[in-house]
Amino acid sequence: MPSSAARPFRWRLTLLGWTLPLLVMSLPVSLPLFLVSIVGIPLIGAFGVGIAMILAAAWLTRVLTDVHRWIFASALGVTISRPYVWPTAAAQPGRRMPPGHPGAKVIALARDPATWRDLAWLLVNATLGFVTYLVVITLFALSVLPLWWWLVPPLMRGYARLSGTLLGPTGAASLAARVQQLTDSRAETVDAQAAELRRIERDLHDGAQAQLTSLGMNIGMAEELLRTDPDAAARLLAEAREGSGQVLADLRDLVHGIHPPVLADRGLSGAVEALVLAHPLPVEVEDRVAGRPPAPVESAAYFAVAETLTNITKHARASSVQLTLDHDGGRLRIAVHDDGRGGAVAGSGGGLHGIGRRLFAFDGTVNIDSPEGGPTTVTMEIPCELSSAKTTPSSETG
Amino acid sequence: MRVVLGEDHALLRDGLMRLLTAHEFDVVEAADTGLTLLRALRTHRPDVAVVDVRLPPTFTDEGLRAAIEARHEIPGLPVLVLSQYVEPLYARELMADGSGGVGYLLKDRVSQVGEFVDALRRVAGGGTAMDPHVVSTLIGGQHSRLESLTAREHEVLTLMAEGRTNSAIASALFITEKAVGKHIANVFHKLHLSESPDDNRRVLAVLAYLDGRPG
Repeated sequence: MPSSAARPFRWRLTLLGWTLPLLVMSLPVSLPLFLVSIVGIPLIGAFGVGIAMILAAAWLTRVLTDVHRWIFASALGVTISRPYVWPTAAAQPGRRMPPGHPGAKVIALARDPATWRDLAWLLVNATLGFVTYLVVITLFALSVLPLWWWLVPPLMRGYARLSGTLLGPTGAASLAARVQQLTDSRAETVDAQAAELRRIERDLHDGAQAQLTSLGMNIGMAEELLRTDPDAAARLLAEAREGSGQVLADLRDLVHGIHPPVLADRGLSGAVEALVLAHPLPVEVEDRVAGRPPAPVESAAYFAVAETLTNITKHARASSVQLTLDHDGGRLRIAVHDDGRGGAVAGSGGGLHGIGRRLFAFDGTVNIDSPEGGPTTVTMEIPCELSSAKTTPSSETG
Repeated sequence: MRVVLGEDHALLRDGLMRLLTAHEFDVVEAADTGLTLLRALRTHRPDVAVVDVRLPPTFTDEGLRAAIEARHEIPGLPVLVLSQYVEPLYARELMADGSGGVGYLLKDRVSQVGEFVDALRRVAGGGTAMDPHVVSTLIGGQHSRLESLTAREHEVLTLMAEGRTNSAIASALFITEKAVGKHIANVFHKLHLSESPDDNRRVLAVLAYLDGRPG
């Protein structure tokens, strides 16, 4: 908490302010919620009442725990991740209840260890939490200010951490979440790869193959006409030559889309330099990467940079761009900053969304900071190790 | 005219040798790796070298590196670099020493035999042959600096950057050589470049400008 050091008094007052709602949410709210959940269980068999009670209580409990996670994070700097597991991969990050009809919801809730841990926490919050908040408020009310001053931060933080052991994911839950994330990213990678292969197949089929066929036909006809009508044969051959140029141009584009040759030759640094050289805006590059990332990472990073630069030309109305490449703490970090009009979002199907998908396969992240009116900074991070020194071109140029 | 060839692909090597021999070039050696190419350039000091960018053993840019190294040792050694793709970055590295006698073309251009032989002769004579693809990329990158040029001046600039002579520009645009000279003078004036009577120097100045380096 940066403010705790800068403004110790104000921060303690803020904490005190938070203590009031926290107190209300402890014994008065947590205990009834706990009781409703417990009483609901034996009533499941009897009527629909039990199910309704459990679902309502579970939903309220999750709202309550979310509120606590938020308060602990923003006021005390204690971050607690949400531990809930989902039977399907399609759950949005903010969802509270499992999908399906009420019965399925109850089963999914019962199977999620986080539900039971939330329940245990309700009990802790109704007792220990209640006492903690009461102590904080009482000490202040009785004007035992030095003691209050000294005791409040460790007490509140200690309680937040204790809550974290119940409200956060267990080791197993963290692993389960990680497995889910890897399963998702693998499925997406496989899809993307299949789509890419289909695109290449189609490009080759409609492009090079068709063009080479027509080329062969032209040459064959020229061969026949060579003796009888040399002029016509010459025309056909000229046409064939032009056609061969077109085939080569198409193949070149295709190759570039698969793996740009300059990337193979010079690695990420050289390829980014080449991108910048062809960019209509002045791009300032700061390259602090002393080595080469693994080839697949280089490729993903290259296409991500290319896409970001293209986006800037298309949408940003910027006049200059700064690009920073860095490798620190086992992560390749690329920041692209432009002085354009901002307001960039990673909308579905847009370029920035595509970058996210590309980097997802490598556990990478994209962060977009783009307030309306600019400037925009897109930061991409990919965990990777670097191999030994980068290859240097035989002549260093400015 | 004595030529050293650096090309590892047998089909293309034979094709190029046939083409060059038919146009009265004398291929003194055809090297197929970066290392043998560099050795051949040192031993023969040819009138011009024709070099493929990608050569064994790593199949990246050995040819280009060998060419740059050779020009470093033998200043002004004329080299025409061929490649399946062109990269303005490599053009910049080739031109970095500021002297002429450099060519950088897509392999496709070889099929227009007349123009290719013409470009090779130009390079051998200390001139420049830059692929239209490189030139258009460079011009795309300098778009805002070239706004003051008229469409015609733009065309003249493009052809000049490709290394064409005034008479070649004149016939390509169906105008007189005198008109070409006038357009060139305007381009140099508008871009604040000092004009040189020497064709090659002029081309180098234009390319340096398009590359964003001080002229």
